[in-house]
Amino acid sequence: MAEHESHKLMSITTLLAFTPWPAVSASILFILLVTALYLARGTAHQAISATANALSKGLRLASHSVAHAEQRLAARNRDVLLAAGREAKERIVEREFTRVGDTVRKDLAGYPELHRRLSEAIIRMEEQQAKAVEVPPEVPGWAQAVKVVANIDARNAGADILSDIHKSMVKSHSEAMGAYRKSSGERHSLLRRMMPDWRLVTETLGHVAKSVESVIARALTIDRHMEEYEAIVRGEDRAVSVLSSSSIVYFFVSLLVLAVATAGAAVNFTLIARPMAEMVGGTSFIGVLRTADIAALVIIMVEISMGLFLMESLRITRLFPVIGALSDKMRVRMIMVTFTILLLMASVEAGLAYMRELLLKDELATSALLRGDATDTMLSGHMWITTAAQMGMGFVLPFALVFVAIPLETFVHSLRTVVGLIAIGILRALALLLRVLGNGFRHVGGLAQRLYDLPLFVPLWIEMRMAASEPAAGPQGSRGPSGEGRSLRGARP
Amino acid sequence: MRTRALLVAAATALASCGASAPHSTGVYLLVDTSGSYNRQLNKAEQIVLYALSRLQPLDSIAVARIDAGSFSEKNIIAKASFDDRPSSTNRQKRAFASRVESFVGESRPAAFTDITGGLLQAIEFLNEKHTGRKEILIFSDMKEDLAKGYVRNIPMDLHGFEVVALNVTKLHSDNFDPREYLSRLDDWRARVEKGGGRWRVINDLDHLDGLL
Repeated sequence: MAEHESHKLMSITTLLAFTPWPAVSASILFILLVTALYLARGTAHQAISATANALSKGLRLASHSVAHAEQRLAARNRDVLLAAGREAKERIVEREFTRVGDTVRKDLAGYPELHRRLSEAIIRMEEQQAKAVEVPPEVPGWAQAVKVVANIDARNAGADILSDIHKSMVKSHSEAMGAYRKSSGERHSLLRRMMPDWRLVTETLGHVAKSVESVIARALTIDRHMEEYEAIVRGEDRAVSVLSSSSIVYFFVSLLVLAVATAGAAVNFTLIARPMAEMVGGTSFIGVLRTADIAALVIIMVEISMGLFLMESLRITRLFPVIGALSDKMRVRMIMVTFTILLLMASVEAGLAYMRELLLKDELATSALLRGDATDTMLSGHMWITTAAQMGMGFVLPFALVFVAIPLETFVHSLRTVVGLIAIGILRALALLLRVLGNGFRHVGGLAQRLYDLPLFVPLWIEMRMAASEPAAGPQGSRGPSGEGRSLRGARP
Repeated sequence: MRTRALLVAAATALASCGASAPHSTGVYLLVDTSGSYNRQLNKAEQIVLYALSRLQPLDSIAVARIDAGSFSEKNIIAKASFDDRPSSTNRQKRAFASRVESFVGESRPAAFTDITGGLLQAIEFLNEKHTGRKEILIFSDMKEDLAKGYVRNIPMDLHGFEVVALNVTKLHSDNFDPREYLSRLDDWRARVEKGGGRWRVINDLDHLDGLL
């Protein structure tokens, strides 16, 4: 390094030695350099300008290209989002229609019976009502009284007549009251017998009202979903915005649930990895991983796969269209097969968990023996609880992992949108950066020209003075002070 | 071309399966039974138990005594190559510990101390086991005392071996002249390192953490 420095110093000394005075040599060299730079000024400015413009235009072109790619990606994302939203809405509407169909089918299936019961009840009520019509009691005895009055003797017969009338009146009254009471009792009895029919009619109509209300509520829900569906089909911005935000929410929620499921799988792995060493050996490796660990992982992965197939067969998830498109008979078979495999693997896991406990005890006993500590081999009578808990976990966890399929489907679907949004953000930032760089290079070109002119201020000043002292004749001179101003601006950096 | 690449990848994956030997450890413990050192055997048993607790499936261990003629299989008290399955390994460890315990109870003092013969036997044993790591533990005062007629001035190939001298006690004569003790250790270090091995001395048996 020091050698290099001394060599450089020697070169400078040699360069300044062409006159006896280094200062004079330096001045001459400076003047020559300034002269050369001044003569090459136009070409240098053109070169700087061309370079800066080329870089600026190239970067701006790249920025436009990236922006265009971002727009295309955004459009593609929008299409995908709308398609996913449309499909989801179709599924929801389809499910609502199925529910409405079930409700209507159930009610319509009972409608003839309902109609018959209502008709019978109404007929019975009409009959009983007809029977219960109040008939005014016939007043007997008036004919006899009229007859007696008609046969009145002109002589003193008033007392007998009135007595007969009174008797007749009392008798007829008591008879009429008896008949009235009897008929009233019969009518009340008929009306009492109508009560169950009324209740039946009320209950039946209440049931019908409930069904109708349910259908109306479902219809309102369908209307709402249909409005949203139409908005999606029309590709409204609001629908896209709602779908996009929903996708992000679904993404994070499903990510959280998947993290929980991963923790569950890790617990499951811990339960079976140790006993797997008894089956496949504890020291063989595939790459950097123990074969026993890989075997345990494979078992867990197979369980998760079976869970996925089970969920697909049940049509709860729709990750594999092939399974969803199978006939119902085939799907039922697939459900049986996957469930049986899951059951077997859960049983195997429970056995392995039990084996793990035995191995653990064996290892503890051996370690205690090797440490010469016999007290550690003492085992509590309640250890069966941990054994049972491990076995239970080994059996339950495979079934719990089945439900991973649901958040996994949501994750996969929302991942497309989230990745698209991130890519759009990156492209947008890149386009902005390229644009800023393009503009920056353009200004850097101008700055480089000014910096080039900085050591040439003396010749430029002389040029400016000469230009100013020239007569105002000729095409240049006609510009006057404004042309000088431009020259000044050009001369001074 | 693609099929060939897949086949090569599959063959590599299969070849990597079961290639467990280089990961294993082989331990050969030489126990000095000569003279008064025979009374230290309880400590040797503790070292064996410690070694057993550190060893894993597929590891190998042997315990041999140092007496007048140690270059012999008959001097091996117990040996075991552990099974691949952890439960079998545990059973083997318990059986091994039991054999060593019975040896400690029945051991008689030997008249001579053939450490070199024991080392040669250890090298042979561990080389046959093809273990990845080879440890020779010498539980002795490192004072060799050969019977007449035994030739032990033999160069040893100790490449890849680690030789650890444990509980190297000071002899009565060392107390008069400590240089004897130091020169004894230096001689052994020189012999081991000349043979290509690594040499260590651990006298504090309460801190065997660095061992194995």
